[in-house]
Amino acid sequence: MTPVTQAQFRAALLDADTPVPEGLLNGHGAPAGSRYNVYRNNVTASLIDAMKLAFPSVRSLLGAENFDTLMPMFVRAHPPASPLMMHYGAGFPAFLDGFAPLAHLAYLADIARLDLAMRASYHAADAGPFDPVVLQQPPETLAGLHLRLAPATKVLRARWPIHDLWRRATDPSAPKPRPAGQAIVITRPAFDPAPHLLPTGAATFLLALETHPLGAALEAAQAAAPDFDFAETLALLLHSEALTDQNKDLPL
Amino acid sequence: MLDYFTHKTYLPTGIGVGYKPQHFNDLMHAPGAVEWIEIHAENYMGDGGRPLAQLRALSEKFALSIHGVGLSIGGEGALDRDHLKRLRKLIDTFNPASFSEHLAWSTHGAEFLNDLLPLPYTNASLARVAAHIDEVQQSLGRQILLENPSSYLAFAESTFSETDFLSELTHRTTCGLLLDVNNVFVSSTNLDLSAQAYIDAFPLDAVGEIHVGGHDADVDDHGAPLLIDSHGAPVIDPVWALLDYTLARSGPRPVLVEWDTDVPDWPVLRAEADRAAAALAPVKPL
Repeated sequence: MTPVTQAQFRAALLDADTPVPEGLLNGHGAPAGSRYNVYRNNVTASLIDAMKLAFPSVRSLLGAENFDTLMPMFVRAHPPASPLMMHYGAGFPAFLDGFAPLAHLAYLADIARLDLAMRASYHAADAGPFDPVVLQQPPETLAGLHLRLAPATKVLRARWPIHDLWRRATDPSAPKPRPAGQAIVITRPAFDPAPHLLPTGAATFLLALETHPLGAALEAAQAAAPDFDFAETLALLLHSEALTDQNKDLPL
Repeated sequence: MLDYFTHKTYLPTGIGVGYKPQHFNDLMHAPGAVEWIEIHAENYMGDGGRPLAQLRALSEKFALSIHGVGLSIGGEGALDRDHLKRLRKLIDTFNPASFSEHLAWSTHGAEFLNDLLPLPYTNASLARVAAHIDEVQQSLGRQILLENPSSYLAFAESTFSETDFLSELTHRTTCGLLLDVNNVFVSSTNLDLSAQAYIDAFPLDAVGEIHVGGHDADVDDHGAPLLIDSHGAPVIDPVWALLDYTLARSGPRPVLVEWDTDVPDWPVLRAEADRAAAALAPVKPL
């Protein structure tokens, strides 16, 4: 009896045109026929369900029906690379970028990045709260202070109005998106991540904070955006709990 | 080979439910008959946030069973060492009463297919699965329970019955078994076998946990019944009857109600747990 290899079993799984392997039977020794389709359906449906959960904003903006029509194409071309389904779909933004029929909705890839960042934030490590008392020091030492973003804090910049589009995705009565690029910071005060619109220069500031002390990050932001409003940005970071405590080792 | 206790599980001999986050508050405040919960390991492998916070709270109140769905023990390829390390970390953190996995494969090469795929029951697959179980038990430092699958088809090349295959695995590896009586009902219907004969042939001494759950009904090309293990419906009466039949022969065991898709409100699942408790209560030790 010729064995059915897992390579043969896999080959027909995500491709309805590949014949079902021989050597698979029903309970009476006859070819299994459409019984094999149970596995085809299970795999495809479970991956599509995972994508629906993972990309709610893309699905809302594209329309549920369009999204669901697109999904079999994506999941067949990009099955998961790990048993951690919480990371599935990392390749979706690049897929959307390269998908010509949706070229007129070029912002969708950045919305997919936003959905991915929201999920990464949801599963990110917990972190202690930031104590603003450390900011009460003279400017010359303050400039050397390293502020740390919480692991759940994610910064995203786009040439599309991603914050307005996200609001529209979650609430169809939200105002029409403005025709401008936007940057956001996603923060997770307790367990539920939320995106906040960043003022001009603030994304540069936050990204610089990852490797630079406060003074240098401030200079970078002011160089990128002369009207950068430090006070407003700091208030947003404190209010949204974007920062964490100072007790961890700092990068050299 | 590790020298394990003869206990197959440290779960209480009572009722558990598959944990769903929407039931968190109900379980914490009105668990009814539920004494233990089971989680899917892979959903708790993030770094933090709500899933792990809920699990910490639940594990202080309930005995915990961790149920893996991603290890691909039946795979032709080597086990995923990174995934074994993640499991080890989760198990070291929560020290569950039981860890279980499936007689199935789900990984092929670099791909994870997110389903429990079937394997033939041959000498070659027996040797491979036994080696994988040994590796898992060594790596986790504990005995595991292996679950019988739901079958939709059979392999022409198989030379063992499923019950003989599982029995042989327990001898070769000292693993225990998780007996899913819904899977027995589904497979027996789909392959036109006797579910009771399956239970009669099953190595019940090795069973550390029993599952019941719901399934969907379809038909194949010939109009023959084709049941799908969906975990998305109430347990049907013939499966409850098969649970009674099993418990009468195994003696009391931890029993879990699984409901993974179209998850109902808590009162519905709690009623299923109550029914399982009523099935378990009169069972006398052998």
